Amino acid sequence: MLKKPVYLDYHATTPVDPEVVEAMIPYFTSVFGNAASRNHSFGWSAESAVETARKQIADVIGANPKEIVFTSGATESNNLALRGVAEMYKSKGNHIIVGRTEHKAVLDTAKFLETQGFQITFLPVDEFGMVELSVLENAITEQTILISIMAANNEIGTINPMEEIGKLAKEKGIIFHSDAVQAIGKIPVDVQKWNVDLLSLTAHKIYGPKGIGALYIRRKSPRVRLSPIMFGGGHERGMRSGTLNVPGIVGFGKAAELVLKNLSTEPERLYKLRSRLHAGLLAKLDETKLNGHPVKRLPNNLNVSFAYVEGEALMMAIPDIAVSSGSACTSASLEPSYVLKAIGIGEELAHSSIRFGLGRFTTEEEIDFTIEKTVEAVNRLREMSPLYEMAKEGIDLKTVQWTAH
Amino acid sequence: MAYGTKVIDHFEKPRNVGSLDAKDSKVGTGIVGAPECGDVMKLQIKVNPQTQIIEDAKFKTFGCGSAIASSSLATEWITGKTVDEALEIKNTDLVEELSLPPVKIHCSVLAEDAIKAAILDYRKKNPESETLNIAVEG
Repeated sequence: MLKKPVYLDYHATTPVDPEVVEAMIPYFTSVFGNAASRNHSFGWSAESAVETARKQIADVIGANPKEIVFTSGATESNNLALRGVAEMYKSKGNHIIVGRTEHKAVLDTAKFLETQGFQITFLPVDEFGMVELSVLENAITEQTILISIMAANNEIGTINPMEEIGKLAKEKGIIFHSDAVQAIGKIPVDVQKWNVDLLSLTAHKIYGPKGIGALYIRRKSPRVRLSPIMFGGGHERGMRSGTLNVPGIVGFGKAAELVLKNLSTEPERLYKLRSRLHAGLLAKLDETKLNGHPVKRLPNNLNVSFAYVEGEALMMAIPDIAVSSGSACTSASLEPSYVLKAIGIGEELAHSSIRFGLGRFTTEEEIDFTIEKTVEAVNRLREMSPLYEMAKEGIDLKTVQWTAH
Repeated sequence: MAYGTKVIDHFEKPRNVGSLDAKDSKVGTGIVGAPECGDVMKLQIKVNPQTQIIEDAKFKTFGCGSAIASSSLATEWITGKTVDEALEIKNTDLVEELSLPPVKIHCSVLAEDAIKAAILDYRKKNPESETLNIAVEG
């Protein structure tokens, strides 16, 4: 029996896996110590749990546990990475490169640094949302101290050429940071192979709890140093003060362990379901455009524009399915998605985009239900769309004089 | 965003979806908005030349739920009204009836514009209608 509503917004967040909840519970009540209490068993037990989790998380990305610093989530990790490097290395240079399709936590931090005297290059991407190596190389100057490029995009799922970017950054002696929150568990992540120096992670995208994340900080070749952005008790080797969220960390560790265990099977399963969804929609709907890279994309991501139908209306027409849209009407800013803008699909199609995000608990039955309901809704809305009518009459919508408002 | 029940009702059961023959002299067509802004409304009226009463109204809208609801309600309201009465409908009336939140007010503005554009088109096609109207009133 299909349970409604169907959740297909796994890029936004994920439910906590029951195994993770199970692992966390003792750390709220019985093992409640402060991991920084060095002189009694309550503290030692908490510290030991934290160190186990640190190793579980390090293992997912091929790092040393000592290279993991816990934060409140990827927003903080991104802030710490960019601001921490900027502050620490400002005597070496004042230029930072970030991708144009980065998460706001990177973009807005970069914009803040711009007000602090740093030069920021917002690197354009190709039509699939991918960073082009030659463009990146041309953007590098003598002053460049940091490159921040996400592993995989949260809206369109495009995967960047991480090894190539890492190699280039290493050759030029520039610190390379990556926001990898969407990539973990979907593609192999290896900080050595990627030559990445800083990597932002979060638990809630991998079936762990909200409010806990981490920043990987390379210790060897090169040893990366960061200025803290929070001051206090000097936790996490002075890079992130604040009492450790032990239950959260334990949950994050368990979630990481499960992700690693499933890495050989889960991406393939998601890929099959995603392909089924895409094929099912394409078979029954014309003028449906895939946004993002056709091949180099997360196996759980499908972002499509249904021409002549507005995204928010489409979401409203499928109330039993939770998805998201790049339409302006769904954003607080009333601007359509900047990611879709960056790949140049045109505002009209940006308004018509829907992001389907699949995950661990997605079933074939849910996918078939989603195909059926989405096709129904798109057809119904197209029947009441003046644009669809005009297009069917052979009117080129680009030649129409619209009254922009 | 959570919607009011009236928006949902109009969205799920939109009134007067469709098209009238734009070439008919009794029909006025208004198309407002732009695809890149995320909403386009086409609103059409069929006017009785003798009475100036809008006997039929149809719409098609590309836009969010509130835009669809606003145009659906607009067609419902103008049907049976004279052209002059229809011109008195204000976007704020639609906002109130549908309990639209501030971010959706532009949808109601667009619906008001669509009514006006349709009437303007009708009057362009029937230049005598305005004098006739005055004559009726006088």
